[in-house]
Amino acid sequence: MTTADLLGKILQVVMGLAVFAAIVGLLIFFIDKAPKKGRDYWQLVGFLAPALILVTVGLIYPAIRTSILAFQTSSGAWTFDNFIWAFTQPAAIRTLINTVIWVLLVPTFATAVGLAYAVFIDRSRGERFYKAVLFMPIAISFVGASVIWKFVYEYRSGDREQIGLLNAIVVAFGGEPVQWLQTDPINTILLIVVMIWVQTGFAMVVLSAAIKGIATEQLEAAQLDGTNGWQRFTNVIVPGIRGSLVVVLTTISIATLKVFDIVRTMTAGNFNTSIVANEMYTQAFRASEIGRGSALALILFVMVLPIVIYNVNVLRKQREIR
Amino acid sequence: MSIAPPDLPVGKNRGAIDATTDAEASGYTEPKTMRVKKRLTSRTATIASLVIALLWTIPTFGLFISSFRPAELIRTTGWWTIFSNPGFTLENYQDVLLSTSSSSPQLGSYIVNSIAIALLATIIPLVFASMAAYAFAWMRFRGVGVLFVIIFALQIIPLQMALVPLLQIFSTVLRPMQAWLHDVIPIIPEQNYLPLWVAHTIFGLPLAIFLLHNFISEIPADVIEAARVDGATHSQIFFRIVLPLSVPAIASFAIFQFIWVWNDLLVALIFSGGTQDVAPLTQRLAELTGTRGQDWQLLTAAAFISIVIPLIVFFSLQRYFVRGLLAGSTKG
Repeated sequence: MTTADLLGKILQVVMGLAVFAAIVGLLIFFIDKAPKKGRDYWQLVGFLAPALILVTVGLIYPAIRTSILAFQTSSGAWTFDNFIWAFTQPAAIRTLINTVIWVLLVPTFATAVGLAYAVFIDRSRGERFYKAVLFMPIAISFVGASVIWKFVYEYRSGDREQIGLLNAIVVAFGGEPVQWLQTDPINTILLIVVMIWVQTGFAMVVLSAAIKGIATEQLEAAQLDGTNGWQRFTNVIVPGIRGSLVVVLTTISIATLKVFDIVRTMTAGNFNTSIVANEMYTQAFRASEIGRGSALALILFVMVLPIVIYNVNVLRKQREIR
Repeated sequence: MSIAPPDLPVGKNRGAIDATTDAEASGYTEPKTMRVKKRLTSRTATIASLVIALLWTIPTFGLFISSFRPAELIRTTGWWTIFSNPGFTLENYQDVLLSTSSSSPQLGSYIVNSIAIALLATIIPLVFASMAAYAFAWMRFRGVGVLFVIIFALQIIPLQMALVPLLQIFSTVLRPMQAWLHDVIPIIPEQNYLPLWVAHTIFGLPLAIFLLHNFISEIPADVIEAARVDGATHSQIFFRIVLPLSVPAIASFAIFQFIWVWNDLLVALIFSGGTQDVAPLTQRLAELTGTRGQDWQLLTAAAFISIVIPLIVFFSLQRYFVRGLLAGSTKG
């Protein structure tokens, strides 16, 4: 990076800020000076216009356009070919199967581990520290997490000393080192581990808050009745946090369906590891198959939709109870 | 889609009666076997949580240690043998940050890019969203409620649904503007931050409006009414009353959006063009894992540089960070 480059970048930021400030200033000026007739209306328009215009141009129109593109060939004729491809080609079917495996395993394990951990550390000494440790991966980018785990999965051939932790453990127990990321189907599982590693902290924090919301009297009463820890867990704690459990499961499912960076960075979808979110990118922006990419985006949307609706419903019910 | 910030799990019920503490377990009413059993579960719980905590930290720790080891040692020995194969160097960081040879990662310019992108991609949606949120909360008009529901519903659209058409729009609308800017001010490259700022603003708006609306609509009506009676205009109320009162919500969203943009790869891949002029750290790091996949001395140092800022934000502003993250956990 030369000094001129740096200057150019700083200038861009300063100009960007200045132009943005000017736009907002002008907007406010017009809001204040709105014509007397229908003044309230013009003020409302002034406050809403920037957000509404951006969202219409950048989200609503593109989403509709993508839905149309999914049913068109590259020359614009109507067709179902993109979906036929997505549901009949072996590679595409594998992508769908992988996506289902992801969305089954990640929420289950992240929630289970997060819940167990939340129960274990509840009201223990150093609870905040324990929480920070598990929550930390959420701050790390998926790309960073991928590099971290790629290093764990690193493979060295022959007699050379293993530098990847996983292979080192395998060798220490007398096994043969494995090219983890190239070996189907274990590679998909190992990518899923990365996502679980990231999401568990989220599950833990939400569930921990829910556990603390359970009335202590309830736990005490159960204890006086002579229950053991496991009975209290299944009969008092779990029913008490059912709503939060559902929210955590659905939220992680949605995040898992959309995650793209992990597969992209670790295998780029090779060795049968692709999932819909990654394949959409590959088809639309690498292979220039706009139709197929759009079809995959639409499939992704349709997969996410019911989970979102369920999630919103549960949340709304929860808030009513409160 | 998002969930509203739940109550923060700090210190609530602290010191309340705990079924597994020793004090409780030694209660005289309980038979001895029970006491023993309880102690045991408590101890297994402690061990189990320790094991999980270790499992979750070791990968990051290994990366961190390795980034300070000489290349030769990383290549030939595991990082856990650091005591039998000692070695410490800052050369890896020097290499990835300062080296100007064309084959080195040259992260310096990418760090600048990440900061430049994240800065404006946080400020712009924040301002526009708080304006919209104010209007939705405090300007009564027919149809406004419906509009708000539509914006709320937009959160469920995956990024992937918008990418292709948005790229087409940008190449017809923004590209000529960028070229013109380059002609007028040659120091600004033709590939510049504009598309990324706009894209991140668009993708950030629905969540931002939703979150800020939740907060702004809770401001007591008396406060707003009083200002109105005193003759304050909408813009005065917005800048003098609503914004200062919304600082906690603004901070939560700002931190969430900043980290989100900083960690983003998908939007960068599609709108940045991938050159040193624009691409953020994440994109460079992803590229390096492809092209320099075996040069772990570079990858470990580069990865650590890319995650250090989010980690600093995380540890210094944990409270806001948790709130923001919980609220936006399904964005994307």
